[in-house]
Amino acid sequence: MRDITTRIAPPLPTTAEKLKFYGMWVGLALFLLVLPKIFASGGALTTFCLIGISIIFALSYNILLGQTGMLSFGHAVYYGLGGFLAIHAINYFGGHKWPIPLPLVPVIGGATGLFFSALIGWVMTQRSGTAFAMISLGLAELIASSALILRSFFGGEAGVSANRTKMFRVFELSFGPQIQIYYLVAAWTLIAIIAMYALTRTPLGRMCNAVRDNPERVQFVGYDPHVVRYLAFCFAGMFAGIAGSLAAINFEIANSAYLGAVQSGTVLFAAYIGGIGFFIGPIVGAIFVTVLSIGLSDLTSVWQLYFGLFFIGVVMFTPGGLTGLMMMHRPLWRAGMLTKMLPSYLLAGVPTFAFLTGIMLAIETTVHYTAHPNEDPNIRAFGIPFNATSPLTWSAAVLLIVVGFILARITWRRVAHTWDETLTAARAKVHPL
Amino acid sequence: MTNAIELRGVEKTFGVTKVIQNINLKIAQGERHALIGPNGAGKSTTFNLISGYMRPTTGSILLRGEEIAGLRPFQINRRGLSRSFQVTNVFANMSVWENLRCAVLWATGQRYAFWKNIDNLPEVRERTAQILEYIHLADRRDMPAGLLTYAEQRALEIGITVAGGADVILLDEPTAGMSHAETERAVELIRRLTEGRTLLIVEHDMSVVFGLADKISVLVYGQIIASGTPEEIRGNAKVKEAYLGEEAA
Repeated sequence: MRDITTRIAPPLPTTAEKLKFYGMWVGLALFLLVLPKIFASGGALTTFCLIGISIIFALSYNILLGQTGMLSFGHAVYYGLGGFLAIHAINYFGGHKWPIPLPLVPVIGGATGLFFSALIGWVMTQRSGTAFAMISLGLAELIASSALILRSFFGGEAGVSANRTKMFRVFELSFGPQIQIYYLVAAWTLIAIIAMYALTRTPLGRMCNAVRDNPERVQFVGYDPHVVRYLAFCFAGMFAGIAGSLAAINFEIANSAYLGAVQSGTVLFAAYIGGIGFFIGPIVGAIFVTVLSIGLSDLTSVWQLYFGLFFIGVVMFTPGGLTGLMMMHRPLWRAGMLTKMLPSYLLAGVPTFAFLTGIMLAIETTVHYTAHPNEDPNIRAFGIPFNATSPLTWSAAVLLIVVGFILARITWRRVAHTWDETLTAARAKVHPL
Repeated sequence: MTNAIELRGVEKTFGVTKVIQNINLKIAQGERHALIGPNGAGKSTTFNLISGYMRPTTGSILLRGEEIAGLRPFQINRRGLSRSFQVTNVFANMSVWENLRCAVLWATGQRYAFWKNIDNLPEVRERTAQILEYIHLADRRDMPAGLLTYAEQRALEIGITVAGGADVILLDEPTAGMSHAETERAVELIRRLTEGRTLLIVEHDMSVVFGLADKISVLVYGQIIASGTPEEIRGNAKVKEAYLGEEAA
């Protein structure tokens, strides 16, 4: 019997592969350790903290969407509740001088997320698909609006603030400086990533994928899809609570925005843009979306609009997200033929860039006309000055859009053609018949 | 000896339509039993009732003497009854290996474990490998199930059905849409995999039915009009009139 396993089952990882696998995690830990030595500015550290929080939150969301096939519009509920409980915990423990240090507060956030998702989840996860999506949306609205009503707990419009430095100290760490918060967030991010990755490699994790693919069939191999969905929901809620409590620690405040539809929408964006079909997808998405939202808001006043257009673009053209786009190129990379695609990419890139520039010019002039019609027409967007009233600007925009669109269509067809040829050649090279 | 499956006065109505009318059926343990009948006779509905996919309106369904009518599909599966589907129903985005492994997990007692590494379960690996070899898909191990050929998907469907080690197997038209050669191979596979188990099979191909079954029941308009050995069914006048005659004509 043993020989069947060795002959037929996928081979177990060799020592070299295991070393490579664990080496990757150690490498990640080292990377997080030295990152603030390379980018030491306060702004960079804050950005890293936001990215870490966003990674945990997006990965927790993907336990639902990518792993188990549940589209939630209300995942921020568990993030927000984790955040509020963390703030109250900091105030309470700090005020009563309990010997609990700040780095353990995310445990409370995680427990809060777990508690509420366990409480609410059993009814919600009865069905997946549209019913689940609608219930999640309704519930999120309910809790977000009650956050404004129940002032004693949620603090109304202003929210609840706390002073994290008042907590019990170990090793003389005050957690006042951002660098200390960075290491706290980095450590929790690493723990959460490892835990959520490990979860995908367990019997429950595999059955989550089975429920995503075919919940009907799951019932006929002995599993209750409802229980699988429920457990996935609880884990997702727990990690969302950890993320929320880290946000509360970082900002020293929790308010109703934590629980709201915008927060729920942002995490969906991040997970989807990164690619829900891959474990690292939401990580890529979280980094991308955080950096983009910080960067774009400096460049233009309507950055959310670009954000939305970009999201539509991803949904339409690369449903696998940014990670899917990278993974598509893996066969070419392996065959060493990636460079064959470069000329056609460059060729298609020029008119595409022209088309997008035209769109941006049109958007910025329109925004100027509708939002501030009486102000100085010489405006800047993305650091480029132009006159919003000049017919020259308008005709340039129209020209760029029309010509760019036509040329982009033609050149992208060429890209598709070259792609097919190169991929076939790459496959033949890697697996010669 | 108690029967593997027994249906007593089972009826199923959708609105005012009586799809199944007072079915009584006994299948002994270890028996290979075929359910035949024209399209729309209620064969698939009977399967859905036994496997818990639907709830009978009245009547009782016994699995080894225990009432299972009204239980959920996974509860019935855990009691050792497994079914396949007429339309291929696999986990399309997962590899062949993972498809079979999912079907083995509950039976090996993994339940909803989230503290065990899936690759570190020797029993699961061994049983999955065994089934994979039985259904001759070892060279398709890492391919997504959705990319298999039709016949391969049907083989995988049967593999998933038997992987959990259930001793009562229900197969819904396992050879539908297969070529002659593929059908022969599938019959051989079914014969081997159901060795020592109880089999209830719905099938349109009469050569498969008469080659495989120990007993045959004929279902027409939601009623069993005859039940017996292949010889008895061949000689039965009612069956000839209602079903076989129609085929011959």
